[in-house]
Amino acid sequence: MAVFPWHSRNRNYKAEFASCRLEAVPLEFGDYHPLKPITVTESKTKKVNRKGSTSSTSSSSSSSVVDPLSSVLDGTDPLSMFAATADPAALAAAMDSSRRKRDRDDNSVVGSDFEPWTNKRGEILARYTTTEKLSINLFMGSEKGKAGTATLAMSEKVRTRLEELDDFEEGSQKELLNLTQQDYVNRIEELNQSLKDAWASDQKVKALKIVIQCSKLLSDTSVIQFYPSKFVLITDILDTFGKLVYERIFSMCVDSRSVLPDHFSPENANDTAKETCLNWFFKIASIRELIPRFYVEASILKCNKFLSKTGISECLPRLTCMIRGIGDPLVSVYARAYLCRVGMEVAPHLKETLNKNFFDFLLTFKQIHGDTVQNQLVVQGVELPSYLPLYPPAMDWIFQCISYHAPEALLTEMMERCKKLGNNALLLNSVMSAFRAEFIATRSMDFIGMIKECDESGFPKHLLFRSLGLNLALADPPESDRLQILNEAWKVITKLKNPQKREVNTVLADVIKHMTPDRAFEDSYPQLQLIIKKVIAHFHDFSVLFSVEKFLPFLDMFQKESVRVEVCKCIMDAFIKHQQEPTKDPVILNALLHVCKTMHDSVNALTLEDEKRMLSYLINGFIKMVSFGRDFEQQLSFYVESRSMFCNLEPVLVQLIHSVNRLAMETRKVMKGNHSRKTAAFVRACVAYCFITIPSLAGIFTRLNLYLHSGQVALANQCLSQADAFFKAAISLVPEVPKMINIDGKMRPSESFLLEFLCNFFSTLLIVPDHPEHGVLFLVRELLNVIQDYTWEDNSDEKIRIYTCVLHLLSAMSQETYLYHIDKVDSNDSLYGGDSKFLAENNKLCETVMAQILEHLKTLAKDEALKRQSSLGLSFFNSILAHGDLRNNKLNQLSVNLWHLAQRHGCADTRTMVKTLEYIKKQSKQPDMTHLTELALRLPLQTRT
Amino acid sequence: MGTALDIKIKRANKVYHAGEVLSGVVVISSKDSVQHQGVSLTMEGTVNLQLSAKSVGVFEAFYNSVKPIQIINSTIEMVKPGKFPSGKTEIPFEFPLHLKGNKVLYETYHGVFVNIQYTLRCDMKRSLLAKDLTKTCEFIVHSAPQKGKFTPSPVDFTITPETLQNVKEGSQKSGHPCSRPSSVLPGQRQVCRVKRALLPKFLLRGHLNSTNCVITQPLTGELVVESSEAAIRSVELQLVRVETCGCAEGYARDATEIQNIQIADGDVCRGLSVPIYMVFPRLFTCPTLETTNFKVEFEVNIVVLLHPDHLITENFPLKLCRI
Repeated sequence: MAVFPWHSRNRNYKAEFASCRLEAVPLEFGDYHPLKPITVTESKTKKVNRKGSTSSTSSSSSSSVVDPLSSVLDGTDPLSMFAATADPAALAAAMDSSRRKRDRDDNSVVGSDFEPWTNKRGEILARYTTTEKLSINLFMGSEKGKAGTATLAMSEKVRTRLEELDDFEEGSQKELLNLTQQDYVNRIEELNQSLKDAWASDQKVKALKIVIQCSKLLSDTSVIQFYPSKFVLITDILDTFGKLVYERIFSMCVDSRSVLPDHFSPENANDTAKETCLNWFFKIASIRELIPRFYVEASILKCNKFLSKTGISECLPRLTCMIRGIGDPLVSVYARAYLCRVGMEVAPHLKETLNKNFFDFLLTFKQIHGDTVQNQLVVQGVELPSYLPLYPPAMDWIFQCISYHAPEALLTEMMERCKKLGNNALLLNSVMSAFRAEFIATRSMDFIGMIKECDESGFPKHLLFRSLGLNLALADPPESDRLQILNEAWKVITKLKNPQKREVNTVLADVIKHMTPDRAFEDSYPQLQLIIKKVIAHFHDFSVLFSVEKFLPFLDMFQKESVRVEVCKCIMDAFIKHQQEPTKDPVILNALLHVCKTMHDSVNALTLEDEKRMLSYLINGFIKMVSFGRDFEQQLSFYVESRSMFCNLEPVLVQLIHSVNRLAMETRKVMKGNHSRKTAAFVRACVAYCFITIPSLAGIFTRLNLYLHSGQVALANQCLSQADAFFKAAISLVPEVPKMINIDGKMRPSESFLLEFLCNFFSTLLIVPDHPEHGVLFLVRELLNVIQDYTWEDNSDEKIRIYTCVLHLLSAMSQETYLYHIDKVDSNDSLYGGDSKFLAENNKLCETVMAQILEHLKTLAKDEALKRQSSLGLSFFNSILAHGDLRNNKLNQLSVNLWHLAQRHGCADTRTMVKTLEYIKKQSKQPDMTHLTELALRLPLQTRT
Repeated sequence: MGTALDIKIKRANKVYHAGEVLSGVVVISSKDSVQHQGVSLTMEGTVNLQLSAKSVGVFEAFYNSVKPIQIINSTIEMVKPGKFPSGKTEIPFEFPLHLKGNKVLYETYHGVFVNIQYTLRCDMKRSLLAKDLTKTCEFIVHSAPQKGKFTPSPVDFTITPETLQNVKEGSQKSGHPCSRPSSVLPGQRQVCRVKRALLPKFLLRGHLNSTNCVITQPLTGELVVESSEAAIRSVELQLVRVETCGCAEGYARDATEIQNIQIADGDVCRGLSVPIYMVFPRLFTCPTLETTNFKVEFEVNIVVLLHPDHLITENFPLKLCRI
């Protein structure tokens, strides 16, 4: 067959575009347009949906809808359960903590199930803080001259007091004002130290003085918010003092006999020890003020052991009664707490005192709402809701002491007494937090009743439900009540529209506290998960959520991998749903990266495809939401970090590549196309990122498309050599495309995908400028070679279709100006400027391609392939019609031949033929297309015979 | 040199009763040997009486201080002049606490105008070159348990504005009129400075388990604030000693505070009993004593301070005894 030369038609793209374009009729604002409402909602939906409302239109059009299929995966699948392995670090930590606990047990008289004061101590100090100025007023000190004339009355008082306290040699008033909380703590610590020093240097009286002055501070309720912490600090000093006194007296006994046993009887103590001990008690009994007298006596309660067997059991009730004299309810409840604490330490078997304390407390409870307290609150500018929370540390402690190993009957009685007091919320809360969980659980309906009756002023109900809930988490309520409990609790919980950070934090902290011992959390993952879900459901601002201190520690409790991943999924899901704006908040980023990493790390060889997809979707959602604004470099380094973190999830890598590409394009946009040296380098870094990431992907078409895409981005950013590299990589990858690929679990022939990709590729190649060191159109040539060598399906015409496309490309390339360009990139049209050599090369290529096509057409002359021949012929005809210059005789003749070929065996669709002919006739009416009239005459229509 | 003299009494609490034997050791410790002109030990018990300036005037008080009454006095020579070896030398001693005639061994008491004190004094006479060494040491005498059965005498009391005596009928304006009285005359209920009509309403009830007190047992009772219009600032127990010294011109009687014990701080809960509890301090109290020359009696005041500045006291004479 003769070789047909190719002459491409000169195109005036602009004119063609103008002639083809539909006339645009501007739409008046109020006019109806079927698409209009959708576009309007589209722009709105994103906002609406992300705010969390669920209008039907928004949810259908939004991308962040939860995949309905994912719900199937909610349960832990058996495979990932196998995969879960114990974390060695966590195990070690657990062992460590249990060891620590054992150590602690040895120290205390009571059992290990009694939560020691030391646990509470830090908590109270952390919780009750103040920014207000504090003052320490001490009637002693070494500087005698300090008490000026203004405080004459004071020093008189001091003198009388000094008389009482016998030989206080140095006395002056020392008032430290305007202390910050830290200063205050430091001062108290100093006092503690000076107490020890005084004791060590045998200045017993000075030591006693220090202790008295310190405990006197406890009667001062100014800056009331700080009171609980003050209590903790000062009782530390008292504890030190009690220990010192006891040890000294004990050592006096040691002198005479060899060693005194731990549980000695008073007869074993010698007279000197007894006398010293008695002296202390007499001295303390003469302390003028009630509160110091109480505290100091309580602190050396243990010393009663030296005097008589029944000393402690006589002393405790007396001290209990003594507290009745303390008017301020807050001061008195803390005094009770201290007494209970000392009592539990010294004589845990003496339960009566504890109970008495409790009942006395109930009796004085009404004082909280009395005038004196109210006036005080007004003076200090403290509201009741912030005043009441000062009580729980002390109350909880008292209740805890009482309920420790207490018989059921006692607890019931206590509850009854509480009930009589009009169901005060504060009481109820402490009851629930201190009593045994089983006890609460079995009476949960009663409790709910009581909670409902509580009046809400001062103490919010949801905190009560929280306490109840904590108990129920530890012990199961009766089966029959469960639903009702849930219903009641739910009513209140739903009222909590704006959960506050602090409250949530306390809830979480409490849960952690309850669940951590003995790894109790292992048994209640579902409940914990539920908590997380609730928290997430209420926190839409993730920066707030992650600033909840206990949130991450809470997450750490999920140590079983499958559960942890589930929780992580929930969090990410919520994040994607609720995060409205891109974020760069380091708190969020750190936390979520951690969460994502956890999810990613759960992927292993056994992970289901669906699971992977789900995880990828979530992680992608996160990555898309991260934006450092104009700090592109930070953004890129984030992507680099993400790549190293999420290397096992292909979709995430794809997303990252797209993100980086987008970043490059953003940079270009910011620079308005003119890269500075710095941005150029940055863009090249982006390109390099893509280039090295793509090969790690498995999907061949993913790789191909990404190469192409990244190449386009590189080109757009004037990184020509990089773009070339991408395209070369893509070309070299084409031979590796398998014939069949797996799509959604089915094997499909890959050719159609390849065709699609190549067409896309060709469109890009049009504008890729030739490399000066390579031949003309080297990329196209290389690609053609690859196509040539590719082993195509035997019975397919894809190769020819591709060649047809190549023909289109080549003819587009031979135009004077190309159809499209990239800003700031000179394509071949301006590089060669229509150089004849270039055109000749181009035409040569065309000829080769055409020869290939025609040859293929010839091979289709067999019976079974006639239909294919006809359609291919027609498509080739169309290509010539569209792109070829039909004024050229040979080409004209070829097209006529093809027309006949298409019709030859009656395989052609008549209607298509008629349409084509009509098109030619229509085209011929255009100014420089008159030659088509002639052509049309030469194209007969085959009539059906 | 560093010669030290010390008296060690055998009983740790140094408490002895009439008829018992006071025993102990005198300890002489020195690095070198000590030359001495004899060591003697004196046991002495005296009652010192002092007239208060308030009762008889400053000068009279100064000049007319009553002569001390000697209860017991005996001296023994422990060591004849000689030499103590270096190191620690312990010399035991014994004093029988026996009295001649109808003298009574009063209990040790440290007061303001009356002081009953027992001492042991050890003197070491030395050559002219070295100073004499003296060491004194107090020991405590407890009187013998009183004969006869101890019968508690409970007292109930109620305090309302109406029960008060000594209410001032005019209001005062001075800056600080209501300074706490260091002592309140016995047998009076009083309130400071305000007209009865201006007093806030209040009702305090209470009881003392006994006004006959055993000195080793605390004073106990209960106090209930049934109602009070004004907030309560403080409730205190004031232990008061009433000392009477007789002399030629008559007698002086003075009440002074021994100690003040706060039993309620702040506005206590209404209707809840607050315990009255006070330990009698050692040395500063003794069983109520009545002799021809002097008397030592005790009282307790219940002092209630109301907001803003009302002071109410209720007085109870006590009888202390030792059983």
